[in-house]
Order: sequence, then C-alpha cells, then structure tokens
Amino acid sequence: MSNHTLSHLDVLESESIHIMREVAAECKNPALLFSGGKDSIVMLRIAEKAFRPAKFPFPLVHVDTEHNFPEVIATRDKLAKDLGERLIVRSLEDSIKRGTIVIKNPDLPRNPFQSVTLLETIAEFGFDACMGGARRDEEKARAKERIFSFRDEFGQWDPKNQRPELWDTYNTRVHSGENIRVFPISNWTEMDIWQYIGREKLHIPSIYYAHEREIIRRNGMLVPISDLVQPKPGEKVEVATVRFRTVGDVTCTAPVESNARTVDEIIEETATTRITERGATRMDDQTSDASMELRKKEGYF
Amino acid sequence: MSKTTQLLRFITAGSVDDGKSTLIGRLLHDSKSIFEDQFSAISKTSEKRGMQAVDLSLLTDGLQAEREQGITIDVAYRYFATPKRKFIIGDTPGHEQYTRNMVTAASTANLVVILIDARRGVLVQTRRHTYLASLVGVPHIVLAVNKMDMVDYSQARFDEIVAEYKAFAAQLNLHDVTCIPLSALVGDMVVDRGDSLNWYQGPTLMEKLESVEIDHDVNTTDFRFPVQWVCRPQTDEHHDFRGFMGRIEAGEVSVGDEVTVLPSGRTSTVKEIVTYDGNLQTAFAPQSITLTLNDEIDISRGDMFVKAEHMPTVAKEFEAMLCWLSEAPLDKNRKYLVKHTTRTAKCLFSKIDYRVDVNTLEHLAEPVVNMNDIVRVGIKVQQPLAFDHYTRNRASGSFIVIDEANNNTVAAGMIV
Repeated sequence: MSNHTLSHLDVLESESIHIMREVAAECKNPALLFSGGKDSIVMLRIAEKAFRPAKFPFPLVHVDTEHNFPEVIATRDKLAKDLGERLIVRSLEDSIKRGTIVIKNPDLPRNPFQSVTLLETIAEFGFDACMGGARRDEEKARAKERIFSFRDEFGQWDPKNQRPELWDTYNTRVHSGENIRVFPISNWTEMDIWQYIGREKLHIPSIYYAHEREIIRRNGMLVPISDLVQPKPGEKVEVATVRFRTVGDVTCTAPVESNARTVDEIIEETATTRITERGATRMDDQTSDASMELRKKEGYF
Repeated sequence: MSKTTQLLRFITAGSVDDGKSTLIGRLLHDSKSIFEDQFSAISKTSEKRGMQAVDLSLLTDGLQAEREQGITIDVAYRYFATPKRKFIIGDTPGHEQYTRNMVTAASTANLVVILIDARRGVLVQTRRHTYLASLVGVPHIVLAVNKMDMVDYSQARFDEIVAEYKAFAAQLNLHDVTCIPLSALVGDMVVDRGDSLNWYQGPTLMEKLESVEIDHDVNTTDFRFPVQWVCRPQTDEHHDFRGFMGRIEAGEVSVGDEVTVLPSGRTSTVKEIVTYDGNLQTAFAPQSITLTLNDEIDISRGDMFVKAEHMPTVAKEFEAMLCWLSEAPLDKNRKYLVKHTTRTAKCLFSKIDYRVDVNTLEHLAEPVVNMNDIVRVGIKVQQPLAFDHYTRNRASGSFIVIDEANNNTVAAGMIV
C-alpha cells in the first residue's frame, strides 16, 4: 500500500536531523558552530526540527575573525536571540592578545588563524564534538571527508587515516582530549541550500541578495571596498550590482555580479552558473590547489 | 507545484583501466555538471601532460596527500543533478583496498554501476564487484560494457558478455540487473545515444539512473523505529511532554497504532507524531519524527519501536557476514563493541565459520581474519538486540564493530 515518496530535500533534511540527534545522544559536550552565514542558518533550522519543543542540547559557538560583514554579525545575534539559544563568541583578537596568534598585518586575511582560536575555544569549554556547516560539494578535500571526522589532540585531520563510515551507523567515540567535527549537511549542494532557504523562508543576511557596492577588479575577481581593503594606486573604484555567494573574511571574500534580488532569482542563477561557489568567491582558496586540504590538516573545520 | 525530485545514491565499480574516471567525467560533462573553473583547471593539467584532448578522468583526481604518498583515499562523494533527479556518486578508487572501499561506499547506495572493458569481458574483478554488491544488498545493478568503440560496436560481443555475466549473477540472488553497451570516451549511450549502437534498444546509462524505481529500496512493511533521543523539555508550556525522537528505518506508523517497545516487550499506542512543521497522521521511512505514547512506559535510547504483526528477532546471539576493515587482524580472545541501530553493546566472536574467496566465492577454512576479508562469524552480545536478516532490512540487519582500545571502526557486519 505504501506509495510514499519523499523529495530530495526531505531526505537530506531527515538525514541531517538524524546526524544531529546522534551527536546529542552520544557526545558528552557538543557544540554547533554558527557564523550567521547561509549554511549555518540552514543548520539552525535543522537543529530546531531535530530538538523542538525542547531547547538545543548544545550551545552555538562562533569563532569571530572580526573581519566579518556587519550584516552577517547582526543576523548571527538576531537569530540566536530569537531562538533563545546560548551563543558563545570567541574572537581572534583574544588569541592575538594572548600571543597565540602572531600576525604581521592586521588587515590581511585571517582565515588561516581561525583554527588557533577554534582549538582554544574547544579546550576552554572541553567540547568533544563540533558540528559545522561544511558541504562536500564545496571543495575536493571536503569531498573526501567523513560526516564524523575524527581529530587528534592537535585538532588535525589525517585524510589517510579516516574511520570507515558505513550505512548511517556513526562511530562517535573519542578518547579524552580528542574530538570530532561533524558535518550534518555534508551531502547538500549549494542548490539544495538555496531551495531549502526558499522552502523554509529563512532569514539570511541582506548581502546574499543583489545590491550596489563599491568594488575594484583584481585578478579577475571583484574585491569589495571596506575599511580593510582600499584601492591600490592605479586601481579604479566602481559601483557594481553584486551579491555574495559565500560570506567570510571581508578581505578575501569576493561578490559576483548579479541582479538576483529574491531567493527564486538566486535559485535560477545557481542553476545556470558555470563557476563553482568557491572558485568565484574565495581568494584564499586559489593560492594553491591544496589550500583547503592544508588548512584542514591544521585544524580548520 | 513542481514535481518531487528524488535523490539517487550510486557507486561505480571498476578499475582505472576500465575507464571508470572517464565515465564519471562523461556523466558530469554531458549533463552539464562541470563548472568552467573546474574545466579550465583540468584543461591546463591535460595540456601540461601533453594530451590532445581534455582528460575528463582528471575531474576525479585526488588530494595532494594522495599524489605525494601514492595512496588513495577510500571514497569521495560527488554531486550532480538533472531536471529529473539529484545524484550522489560514491567514487571509490580501485586497487588493493578494494573490498573495504567498495563495501563502505555500497552500504548507502541504491545502485552500482559495474564497469567492464568490452575487449576483456567478464573478469575475476567483475565477479568480485558483483559479489560485494550482492553481499551489501545494493538493490539495482547496471553492467556497463564500456569501450564498445574498441570492438567495432559489435552486438555479438555485447550479447556474449551479457550471457556470461547473467549466468554468474543468477547464483547471487540479484533481482535487478540491466546491461548497457557504451563508450565513455566517445560518449555513446552515457547521456546521449550516439549513432554507433543503433541495434541497442534499452535505456542509456543516464536514462536508467533517472528512472530506476527506488521507493521500495527501503522495507515498507516492517515498522522499525530505533529511539535516538528522549525529549523532555520540562518547560511550563510542555510540562508533561515526553517524546521519543528518531528516524523511521522501515515501514510506517499512524496515530492510534499499537506499538511494542523492544527489548522490554511493553506495548502502548501512538498518541501523536510530532514534527516541527506540525503533527502528522502517518509517517514513514526515512522520516525523522518524534513519537508520543498514551502510556507511561520506561523507554530510553537504544530501544526499538515495532509492531506486533511484524516482529524482529530479539536475541543475544546471532550469525553474520563480516567485512574486516582494520589493519589489525580479528582477535578472537578480545571483546569488541557492536553498534547496531542506536544501541552499542560489548561483543565476542564465538566462532569463525569460513572465509569467502571473493574471486571464486569458495568457502575457505581460515583461522586468521585480515583486512578486506569477508567471513561468516557467530557473535555473542552482552545485551539483547532487536534485529532482522540483512536481506530483509538493511537498517536493522547491519552493524559496525568498534575496537575499544583505539575507537576505530574495525568491521562491517550483515546479519544472516
């Protein structure tokens, strides 16, 4: 009698809920990494679906580079408050003051240092599992990472020593001092994220939608002008209609030219774009073929 | 309203020589799932290596760690979509760790594409891939007879290969086998039909992937609901709320149904099916839901809700096929952990019946169990488990074995 059919979004959502509940049940002290970006906003909705009518059995944690877009931080704070969930923010500035991060120039991209503050935050609270919104379609190192990704005492990912992951039976066990990173939306694509944002009517930072912004063109990318990024001699500042496909460090996240001002228009654009999400927007991933792989080995999520 | 887009998970089995990477590259390329920056990166590399055309197999090229150390990481996942379906490919490299890799990737797959070279026909490795697909219970098999361009697109050659393959597959309890002649290099019968295989009337590979019926890949009759988490908000608003959270692994459940909780055997009826999007009247696999009951009974994580008319076996001893995944051999004197659905229990291997030679399917007496071995074992667990035969229900018939000393996953088990 059964002719029940679930859509791909329903199946992905159910898988992600299942993963979050496994983390809540089997890990002693988990956390959900939440930045205010679109993927982590999807993660929050999945957490609501997994645990309501109760509170989340874990806090939200943000490692703030203090190089963020103000719209993203405002969304982060608003969503945490609206949901009534605990938000822990730890800043790279604290690590800089402690001397655990030494930077030559405060205006340079800070993604490489995020790992240090993340590991310090994990140690401070004794987290044994951190859930993150990374997706396997983003990058080829992520394509080879497990949903439950085991890290040693230094937070390092060892790609050739991963635990086999079979069926949906996850091995969550760690020794004291070790931890795991968990990626509940591993199997989602950029398109799935946008379809879900549309279906669930999620509030996302305004900079994901097309808007006018001052930019300069540098190495084939649009570089947004900010307090931290000013034109070099000879570079021309122009106003372009752009949107961000990803939001990260303001000094190294590039927008794309776009007129998409609604979720439906973004979905349409995502269906026809010929450039990958990171290829279009992340200057730091282009430094080498293996940038993400190297960062992950150092404890990046 | 747009039609429901379904998700299909599949894997490809075959070695580099069979053109596996080229086939995946061809699927992605002809379905317009390759992005310009990816294409320009592999074009540059192809040029650097002095190739005439863009080598599509580079799309599945590995990580720096793999290139430097000459190792291959067991499984990479790739994603693409057509207007009809979304696809997840579990891409496993061939080579020496093949059994372990293929079992891992196949465990979540709806379909496996077994690739063979039309010039070489059915080889030992073809038998091995097919046996592993049947062991892991992949519901649908496609035999892709590749490199048809190298045998003059000969129908006689294709028919000969298909006859030999079907004779072998008949021994293995495979229900859905489709054989497709194709050329990944040229592109015939992958996404487009091409002009050279007009004698073939069946579906192209993409048509098969887009149309294979997968609703019944999960067991739709035997309700199985392992409890993941007990929800007790203890707020003023939800003072008495006690919900049992989990994912329906098989079958369906409706409000008012009588359910039995295992292993205790106590019964109650379903009061509500709670979801964030509102209460449901009926829910089915693989939905994640929260159940409330009309009676207060003691229930915790690891228990399983079932219905009396379709009971699983509840026992502390069972037999299973085991794929050993760890470099350290199985130690019969040690205790391990079994994780089965949401329950983890200590276990002992009470006997090792035989090892299967994955190339010949022969049963061999073998006291030592090494990585990549497939063995039939007897297992004793400390607490009773509620389980089914793996062939009847993948979710309640499978388990993993964990070594407590290092927390590694050392084996995958299928209950027989």
